[in-house]
Amino acid sequence: MPEHDSVGIVSPQTAHFDAPLALACGKTLNKFDLVYETYGELNAQRTNAILICHALSGHHHAAGYHSESETKPGWWDTCIGPGKPIDTNVYFVVSLNNLGGCHGSTGPTSINPETGKLWGPDFPQVRVSDWVNSQAALADHLGIDTWAAVIGGSLGGMQAMQWSVQYPERLKYCLIIASAMDLSAQNIAFNEIARQAIQSDPNFCAGHYREHETNPSQGLALARMVGHVTYLSDDAMANKFGRDIRSGSIEQNIDQEVEFQVESYLRYQGSQFSTAFDANTYILMTRALDYFDIAADFNGDPVKAFATTKAQFLVVSFSTDWRFSPRRSREITNALIAANRPVSYAEIEAAEGHDAFLMSIPRYLDVLTAYLGRIAEDLL
Amino acid sequence: MRLDLTQIKQWIPQGAKVLDLGCGDGEFLANLRDTHKVQGLGLEIDPDNITQALAKGIDVVEQNMDKGLDNFPDQSFDVVVMAHALQVLHYPDKVLDEMLRIGREGIVTFPNFAHWRCRVHLSTRGRMPVSKFMPHSWYDTPNIHFCTVKDFEALCRQNGFRIKRREMVGETSWLARTWPNLFATTAIFKITR
Repeated sequence: MPEHDSVGIVSPQTAHFDAPLALACGKTLNKFDLVYETYGELNAQRTNAILICHALSGHHHAAGYHSESETKPGWWDTCIGPGKPIDTNVYFVVSLNNLGGCHGSTGPTSINPETGKLWGPDFPQVRVSDWVNSQAALADHLGIDTWAAVIGGSLGGMQAMQWSVQYPERLKYCLIIASAMDLSAQNIAFNEIARQAIQSDPNFCAGHYREHETNPSQGLALARMVGHVTYLSDDAMANKFGRDIRSGSIEQNIDQEVEFQVESYLRYQGSQFSTAFDANTYILMTRALDYFDIAADFNGDPVKAFATTKAQFLVVSFSTDWRFSPRRSREITNALIAANRPVSYAEIEAAEGHDAFLMSIPRYLDVLTAYLGRIAEDLL
Repeated sequence: MRLDLTQIKQWIPQGAKVLDLGCGDGEFLANLRDTHKVQGLGLEIDPDNITQALAKGIDVVEQNMDKGLDNFPDQSFDVVVMAHALQVLHYPDKVLDEMLRIGREGIVTFPNFAHWRCRVHLSTRGRMPVSKFMPHSWYDTPNIHFCTVKDFEALCRQNGFRIKRREMVGETSWLARTWPNLFATTAIFKITR
């Protein structure tokens, strides 16, 4: 049910693209669809558009509600809306489902027009740079020459960063939240555990589970459970669950199996996710994360990569985020400083771990509000 | 604007690239941007100050300069400014050294602890001076490294910093200029290697 500061009821739209998209892996997508939502109005000069890039398990539904009866708003409703940090009274906000996704954009759950069959595991491995190219095609489709800002958290931050390097002329500001210039070995390791969980599920059928009318639900749930733990901090879990017991007992002389609250929570999260998300997409998205390296085309030197950019940058991190720690955000900031690019950096004290970037944390929202206000003052 | 900042402004060339260590709410850099067209960057650790600086359109990086400045390349700024922050640092000498590595020039301002009021306060009452300018008690003050004009000049000699210019601010300006260590409330130094 929409609140007064909500963008209200929104409906997704689909853009069809018939021009072939050459992918980083060497393959080509001859045609593709992108599902997206927009909030606010594009101004006459077309200077107030903001692109929101989603994270690993995200999609186009970033703000508002799809219907009066929907109980939960879009995934970044805390930040997008009238009077919110990304103020839809000021900006025209575009949020899409990335290529390879499972929420309507072309991906493993779509039909391959060449074969007439589901893409499934044969959908090409898209990378962050491919997403940026497809997002540029969407910008063209919407008549947006230059974004006022490209904004993203986590994997979304990588896309924002890649935008600044790949299309330096097409964005004025770049907001990189809880992200990194490449994934650490530890991060890749967690992603591989998630992939192994999915691929070793007997129902995975080498990715052809849909043809076999089954789903690797166990594997997906397990992958999500592992991921979920890494998105929270030790303190956040202690505060939320502690050692609270949901059922059973560990008292003397009682032999009952115990279920801790945290176990039940994780199982619930896992099972919810396994019905809502496609396993092939999950594998594809985690690989896109693993392969990302902002400096790949610059002899491994991020300073050289950022030296080619023209945007102004805001980098934000969260104190208890250990999956994309403040250290990784400082690396981005320092590479930008060394490249003599305009950059601001804020390290937000927050107990919520990596998930903090989606939460309503007063200082975080203040920083975003201040910076987006400055963008409006500069451009509008 | 604070008197020391008005003075510093006159020493900053048009269009300079300026790093402001402890930039506060960004007021000074915003002023420099508007009047001198500088390309400014502030360093700050206070969350409210950071938000206010951002709102003014000032770039600010959340970083504690006491923990090092080695993320800034050599000679990457024209001027590095540090106004009224020297006395709160754990390693003032190291930060000064870093300022001159990062910038071609450094501008430093600090309260002069040898001002006659401080001396009178200490000698007559035998207590650490507390005044309008130094409102903290000794046990909870952020000012852990007070120094005098003479102390600062001695440190510059010892570390090979060249004093290019100095200006003194006091209640009576000719007194502050003639006998700075006694009458300057705030000392302003421009230093280079």
